Amino acid sequence: MLGCYKVVDLSNRLGWLAGRILADLGADVMKIEAPGADLDNPEWRALNFNKRLLLLDAASSSGRQAIERMIAGIDILIESAEPADEWLDPARLSALNPRLIHVSITPFGRKGPRADWRGSDLEIMAAGGAMSLAGDPDGAPLRISIPQACSWAGAHAATGAMIALSHRSAGGQGQHVDVSAQASVVAALAHAPTFFDILGETPSRAGSKITGRSVHGAVYRAFWPCKDGYINFVVYGGPAGRRTNKGLVTWMREKGLQLGHLENIDWDSFDPKLATQDEVDRIEAPLLAFFAGVTKSEFLEGACTREMLGYPVSTVADIAADPQLEARGFWQDIEMPDGNRERHCGSFYVADGLRPEVSKSAEEAA
Amino acid sequence: MNAAPQALGDLKVVEFGGYAAGPHIGKILANFGATVVHVESENRPDGFRLEYPPFKDGVAGVNRGGCFAFFNDSKYGVTIDLKTPEGLDHARQLVDWADLLIENMRPGVMARIGLGYEELSKTNPDLIMLSTCNMGQTGPRAHTPGFGSQLSSLAGFCGATGDADGPPTLLYGPYIDFIASVMGCSAALAALDQRRRTGKGTWIDISQYECGLHFMAGALLAYHRDGILTDRQGNRDPEAAPHGAYLCRDDCWLALSCWSNAEFQQLAEVLEYPELAGDERFATIANRHDNAEALDECLADCLRNRDAANTAEQLQLAGVGAYPVNTISDLFSDPQLAARRTWRRRKHEEIGEQAYLMPAFDLSSTPGDISHAAPLLGADNDVVLGEFLG
Repeated sequence: MLGCYKVVDLSNRLGWLAGRILADLGADVMKIEAPGADLDNPEWRALNFNKRLLLLDAASSSGRQAIERMIAGIDILIESAEPADEWLDPARLSALNPRLIHVSITPFGRKGPRADWRGSDLEIMAAGGAMSLAGDPDGAPLRISIPQACSWAGAHAATGAMIALSHRSAGGQGQHVDVSAQASVVAALAHAPTFFDILGETPSRAGSKITGRSVHGAVYRAFWPCKDGYINFVVYGGPAGRRTNKGLVTWMREKGLQLGHLENIDWDSFDPKLATQDEVDRIEAPLLAFFAGVTKSEFLEGACTREMLGYPVSTVADIAADPQLEARGFWQDIEMPDGNRERHCGSFYVADGLRPEVSKSAEEAA
Repeated sequence: MNAAPQALGDLKVVEFGGYAAGPHIGKILANFGATVVHVESENRPDGFRLEYPPFKDGVAGVNRGGCFAFFNDSKYGVTIDLKTPEGLDHARQLVDWADLLIENMRPGVMARIGLGYEELSKTNPDLIMLSTCNMGQTGPRAHTPGFGSQLSSLAGFCGATGDADGPPTLLYGPYIDFIASVMGCSAALAALDQRRRTGKGTWIDISQYECGLHFMAGALLAYHRDGILTDRQGNRDPEAAPHGAYLCRDDCWLALSCWSNAEFQQLAEVLEYPELAGDERFATIANRHDNAEALDECLADCLRNRDAANTAEQLQLAGVGAYPVNTISDLFSDPQLAARRTWRRRKHEEIGEQAYLMPAFDLSSTPGDISHAAPLLGADNDVVLGEFLG
């Protein structure tokens, strides 16, 4: 869709996904790396897939001159330099190319009292509020062990770039897009901020259990040990919850399992808001036995057929084997120079029934 | 409406659906000037209006929900009954009016009511339609119902969160939905840009699951290529040590990390803890990894006697990454978010003043804004059905 646009990606990890998204949308994205950079790291390879590669030292004056010549002829520049770096000053680059969409991605944004603060994934997830919502209530706030902050920043940066590009296509000029990774993480918090804003309540981390759903303070289980890991299942109310609970009871009957307290429940009138802890415990006891007897893939398949809510807690190995992704052609394999194949996430969207083929490999030199 | 130029001032959007995944896309577009119409029905309002707290004064009501408002600011609200011929006629007229249709129904629902892409594109060959759902429009599990909060488990996020020896951990709300909405927004704008140049319509199929996997892409490649299974490991990091959050005297947590020996020396100096710098167990990054537990204990003991915010400032001055773990309430007083005007308060007729979230990017010449609070149910029926379609 964006085949007529040229992008240069000078960014570090903060911006890699932005360039990848624009590449998936069809833009010609040139990734610039210094000679000797580690290009074998899986993060680097996955997020710079579908870009072209140019090895050039952006710290040297000849490298900078070459990049400035490129900037004069491109549509979008993605960079993640420290705000103090005057070489990439927005006004300066705009003078080189008034149509340039200049995207800066930094941990805290280029302006403001903490613009110069350092932040890796951990500090950005802390600053954006996400850590305060993950982890056991009695333990430390947690980050997700697979780093997320740079991806949040990169996804927002691509959207900011596309909005600026839309403006330019409608007759406007280029402009500067200043992305704050910290602010991008706030989008991951769903509507948690509104609790404080409207009611003065501060949502906090709930660990592995679900709280706040019962007027009696009952706590619901979210993760159930199964044969080969865990399953995420919650006793919900509402139409989908009713269908799920009935489906599960039928499934348990088919397997000849003891229903215990589940026999007594009329799911049409069951309301999780009104359950006491004692009742929740009596509901959950037979469910523990059910989950202990299924595998993740058995549950996924059975829940799908019965139109039940709930999913396994997948590992990357489970995801790699998921038939849904296979059927949709999500994975894209590329041939490596050594004859091995490398499997990547394909384009993030399907257009008119087709997943756009990745057209460039980062192996290609410019 | 503000007077600054709007990047998307000529873009018209209609949304069918509700909750987060569809409406968050329209909200971002509206913040940069698009005219966005959110379609609901009197009988079936958006599920976020009544099913999810918080409500003004804790009392539920169709126009009292902060959750609905949070994802629908700067839009127009219209009620149409899609079960009546008149309602369907209005819906088709809105599609004719719009450049972009966003929907997050279960796959097949739009087609069943005569609003599928195939049908609509007969009369609107240049329509851009974005459909977003759990699994995507095709595949063996396309029709599986699902909540984003649980989809975060299927996509690996919950399993990758928590202590190494503990259970998986919940993420707040439908974490993965917002990955798909932000990425989907880019895809819709790309299709619109292509249409401007070629006149071509496009149907974009967004699977929230697949978008989420792009946030796991490195770990997935590490598995496919090298057989590495990345599992939850608390706050530990394979490179940095220390790397964690520590409880401080003021009851706040402080997140900090050291990526080199020099940073570790600076940390010891700022914390006035010379024994730390001289301790053989912590002399190199490899040693600090090997003795991570002991190191965490030392830091926990030390930070218990310090305040989080001051210490973060001192560490930053010394070139060490550190930030207090902002709680949800802290986000409203964080000086950096405040300087960026991340929160913008607008008056809602029933909720009163509410803080709305500006997207995380500042555009220098078309800055965008929260143009107005979220609409009451059906608030703009006259304007939309009269003026827009008039």
